[in-house]
Formats: sequence, structure tokens, C-alpha cells
Amino acid sequence: MKTDDLIRAMTADAGKPAVSMRNVWLVALGGAILIAAAVFALFLGPRPDIAAAAETSRFLFKFVVTAALFTSAIPVLRALARPADAAPFPLMLAAPSLLLLAIALELVALPQAQWRPALVGTNAFYCLTLIPLLGLGPLAAMLAALKRGAPTSPVLAGAVAGLAAGGLAAIFYAAYCTDDSPLFVATWYSLAVLMLTVLGAVAGRMVLRW
Amino acid sequence: MSPETDARLSELLRAALGGDEAAYDRFLRDVAGLVRAAARRRLGVSTEPDPEDIVQETLLAIHMKRHTWRPDGPVGPWVHAIARYKMIDVFRRKGRVVTVDIDDFVDDLAGEEAETVHERDIERALQGLTDGQREVVSAISLEGRSIAETAARLNMKENAVRVALHRGLAAIATRFGKSDG
Repeated sequence: MKTDDLIRAMTADAGKPAVSMRNVWLVALGGAILIAAAVFALFLGPRPDIAAAAETSRFLFKFVVTAALFTSAIPVLRALARPADAAPFPLMLAAPSLLLLAIALELVALPQAQWRPALVGTNAFYCLTLIPLLGLGPLAAMLAALKRGAPTSPVLAGAVAGLAAGGLAAIFYAAYCTDDSPLFVATWYSLAVLMLTVLGAVAGRMVLRW
Repeated sequence: MSPETDARLSELLRAALGGDEAAYDRFLRDVAGLVRAAARRRLGVSTEPDPEDIVQETLLAIHMKRHTWRPDGPVGPWVHAIARYKMIDVFRRKGRVVTVDIDDFVDDLAGEEAETVHERDIERALQGLTDGQREVVSAISLEGRSIAETAARLNMKENAVRVALHRGLAAIATRFGKSDG
């Protein structure tokens, strides 16, 4: 086929594209939040003492840092779906910076003998299992959105999708988990989010070619 | 790409997204010229891969992904990023080294270099379509018929022709996205 022939076919198929990336992300992110909320409501639910926990800064901080991770990853993700868009990567320093600050405050607040028990906690296994499980649906939704776009770095885009899905899953998991120390969050939440990030990178490599 | 060329192509693509077919035709031809020249410079005397495969796959990707361009931004970097991605893809498929980079587009070569003619990968991809899609895509591209003529000739509704054309082009693009092409 000559290029002229191909251009003729594309011109006949021209006009306003059926989709806009704005709508693609609205659907994908809305869907991701609904999926995570549904899985949380069906299988986990909030911890029994949530009213009392909500009075403590450690419990509330878990939502600040996980929400920071989720919301800071979104503009990066959206940029990675468009060729030649500059992704605002520095935004993603927000969550790690907050976490480092909280760790420093926790080390000052807690006597050294309590550092280790605070870090180990009681829910590490659940954390490492439930965050990835809560994040699977959201990750799939975000990969589907990237697929509608044109990510020129599929592995990186998939990894950021994993980070965003991990952040979203961790917001819900934080309401279930009774371990509130920033030492616990920094260790186990991070590891769980890392698992989703690696999964996202591998999946990105496999499904995001276009 | 010079700022003037970028502004002209951006204007054409904006008009095209608003439904101006003539502007889209002009835009695709100009981009084809730029990509062809860049691919030839990159390939030098080598004839494998065929630069026209890179041109056609880039155009098809631009067409299928045109909703990822921001109409308030420049078009050059966007076209360049897609061309580079597709060039790497074509090289990988032909078993060549994938560390590809292409120079910036050189304006004055646009459209001046004629393409070489032989069987393209797209022609082979055409064989993978359903019979209905292939008939429609062939009638419009190879035979140069309009949507209305194609509808009359194949005894289809115009809208069905449009759908078959769109799905056919999407299927060809998807096929190139797969590793074996």
C-alpha cells in the first residue's frame, strides 16, 4: 500500500476523536476509587475503635501520607499517557518527604525500646497481602486508561500506575489496620506499595505497547 | 521543526480535529514528508527496515492517538515522540538494535522525497482484517472511493462503512503494537 492510499483512508476516518483523555481518566480514576471502596466495604470494613483512633494524630497521618501518594501520582500518570508531555515527577517527593518527617517525629516521641515493636507491629502480614489485593482492581483500571493513551515509556507508566494504585489501596487499608506508627507505615506500607509498583511495571511492559 | 512549521501544522491538526478533512490530508502529507526524511537520514544507505514502513506506522499511530495531543500546545514534540517510538518498534521487529534516536525534523525536505514502492507491512496487515473491513479499507484507500461510493458499491449503510473503516484501521494499528507485527 502506498502512503497516499493510507492517508486517504485516514482522512475518510477523520474528525473529532471519539474519546478524550480527560474522560478516560475520569472514568478510570472514578472506577478505581469505587473498586477499592467496594472491596474494602465487602471484605475489610473499618477497625472497631475507629472513632477513638480518629482522635490520634498517628492514625490521621496515615491518610495524609497515603492520599499524598495517590494524588501526587495522578498528574504524573496523566502526563505519561501523552507523548512528549513533561511529567511533574518532583510532585512525587511529597509522600516520601512527609514520611521522613513523621519518622523523625516518631523517633523523638518514642523511647528507643519501643522503636522495634512499633515497626514490627501486629499486622505486617495483612498489610503486605491486603494492600496489593485492594490495589489490583485500581491498577487494572489505570492500565486500561494508559492503554487508551499513548505511553512512550510503558514500563515507567506502568510503575507509576502501580504507585497510584498502591496509594489508593493504602488509604482504605489504613482505616482497617490498627498499626499507626509511622515506623510501621514506612516499612510495611512502602513494601506493599512497592509490590504493586513492580507489578505495574511488568504489566506495563506486557500490555501497554501500541 | 521551526516554530513557523509547528504553528502551521498545529493549525492544520486543530482544524482536522474540528472535522476539516482537507486540513487533515495536508497535515498527514506534511508529517509523512518530515518523518520520511528523518527516517532516511537515520537509516543512511540501509534499506532494511524500509523507511516507508516507519512513515506509515507513525501516521497510523498519530491517527489512532490523535486525542493524546493537547490542542493548546505545540505539535512538533508530540509528532517527534510518536515517530521515535514507532521507529524503535519497527527496528525491534526487524531484529535491529533498538537504541534509536532521530534528529529533529528538517523543514525543507517536507514532501519532497518520493516514497519507494513495494509491498508494505501494512499491506500484509490488511490481510488480517475481517472480509468486511478489508473490502471497505481497500475500496477507500487503494481504489480511492468516497464513503458514499463505498456504501453504494458494497450495499452498506454509510455509517456501517465508517465503523468498518475505523475498526479496520484500529485493527491494523493494534497489530503493529504486538511484538511480531
